[in-house]
Amino acid sequence: MANTMNVLLAGFGGQGILFTGKVMVYAALMEDKNLSWLPSYGPEMRGGTCNCSVVISDEAVGSPLVTNPDVLIAMNRPSLEKFVGTVVPGGTILVDSSTVDIKVERTDVTVYYVPATKLADENGLKGLANIILLGKLYKEKGFVKEESLDAGLQKCIPPKKAAMLDFNRKALKLGMEQ
Amino acid sequence: MSEKVLMKGNEALGEAALRAGCRHFFGYPITPQTELSAYLSKKMPKVGGTFLQAESEIAAINMVLGAAGSGVRAMTSSSSPGISLKSEGVSYIAGSDVPALIINVQRGGPGLGSIQPSQSDYWQATKALGHGDFQLFVLAPSTVQEMADFVALAFETAEKYRMPAMILSDGMLGQMMEPVVFPNETEIHEGDKSWAACGHKNARKHNVVNSLYIEAKDLEKTVVERYERYEKVKANEQRSESYLTEDADIVIVAFGASSRVSRSAVNAARAKGIKAGLFRPITLWPYPETELEKIVPTAKKFLVVEMNMGQMIEDVKLVVGGRKPVEFFGRTGGIIPTPGEILEAIEKM
Repeated sequence: MANTMNVLLAGFGGQGILFTGKVMVYAALMEDKNLSWLPSYGPEMRGGTCNCSVVISDEAVGSPLVTNPDVLIAMNRPSLEKFVGTVVPGGTILVDSSTVDIKVERTDVTVYYVPATKLADENGLKGLANIILLGKLYKEKGFVKEESLDAGLQKCIPPKKAAMLDFNRKALKLGMEQ
Repeated sequence: MSEKVLMKGNEALGEAALRAGCRHFFGYPITPQTELSAYLSKKMPKVGGTFLQAESEIAAINMVLGAAGSGVRAMTSSSSPGISLKSEGVSYIAGSDVPALIINVQRGGPGLGSIQPSQSDYWQATKALGHGDFQLFVLAPSTVQEMADFVALAFETAEKYRMPAMILSDGMLGQMMEPVVFPNETEIHEGDKSWAACGHKNARKHNVVNSLYIEAKDLEKTVVERYERYEKVKANEQRSESYLTEDADIVIVAFGASSRVSRSAVNAARAKGIKAGLFRPITLWPYPETELEKIVPTAKKFLVVEMNMGQMIEDVKLVVGGRKPVEFFGRTGGIIPTPGEILEAIEKM
């Protein structure tokens, strides 16, 4: 079977859900993998929540819509509640435990609780909880090379915001240490 | 080889339009095609083109008629309800033998429907986008790369046969990002425009671009002449892709977004030992009858997969002609089927 990773990133608008997905697919692009990125643009977006489907694969991507993720990144409670049941058995869930006050009850998935928002605030990286979680995902799943991830960051941060690159790199490292 | 870039399907359509030499865009905003207009609103002025947000869809399509009637490459884009509004103008464009490009990034219908991806405008695009005897050349991309590649093809074909062309996309293809490669230089092959109603400083007799014929015999003559051209389109322009169909017992027929999901389902079925294959029409009009016909003798059953209640299935049945069973699986209203659902439908056959 082809090596495919289906990722669903979910949270509130403004938490950098779409951005995180973009960094992932740009990193995959660096390695010439097949990939897709699909934002939610429908009614759910208008309710303030936001999610993004990312597929990285060795074979041509079929559906870019991830309905049964191998990896779920949940940055708020409604997202975890909504999608926890959709993760494939044996899948991985990353939870921002500083914004989500519930635990995953399933025993057939691996769950990592990272207080990403708190860590970001304490380390002068406000607003970069998403990248901390991405660092943690990299540590656990290593879906691309580290230099590809860095190149992905460089692609997604416009040159006029170059100062942000260092903060994002710090956040990525911090996530990898969790 | 140029660089692979990541783009939304809607943006790729816009970039491809610029590269195809289109300098006239007339539109009216609607989800989920907005990124296409947004892209061109930024880029078109930089290349000296005209980007115009009209006061309505009806105004926009008539601006396309006027601009294209003067011989330039002109286009419009919208999503399902907006396309319905443009239908009168599309009929006028066809009746005036004017080449132009209309892009439909489909959403759920009927009525205002939903803003989620759908394929429920298949009949509208292929059978009756407006009143009168006419056809559009209809291309159905299934990747962001094809969104980019089909723009120039649509313009060239439209010009070759003097007819409107449509790219029938959907919200999924429009909103998703995927790698896309644009050639370093796009050669522009523009068709003959000696019919165009444009300035010529009295160098020739003036041209008329018009769809009104008071005398019935005159109208019949032009319509019959147009249908002779349509026969050439049918003979020359059918396009399709076959995937694992040679030894397939069950052949899925699907286009655009649903063909991508179907391809995953075919792979999953093969992994379970079921001989499944996929036939993907790329031109929806002309329908790729010739290639589909080749599969009919060897396939045992056909499964048509669409994001609607079953529209293209009628064209499949016309080709299959009762020789093999043709079944249907669809989701509608803006729901994208999952590979698992399609696999289940295959297993039930």
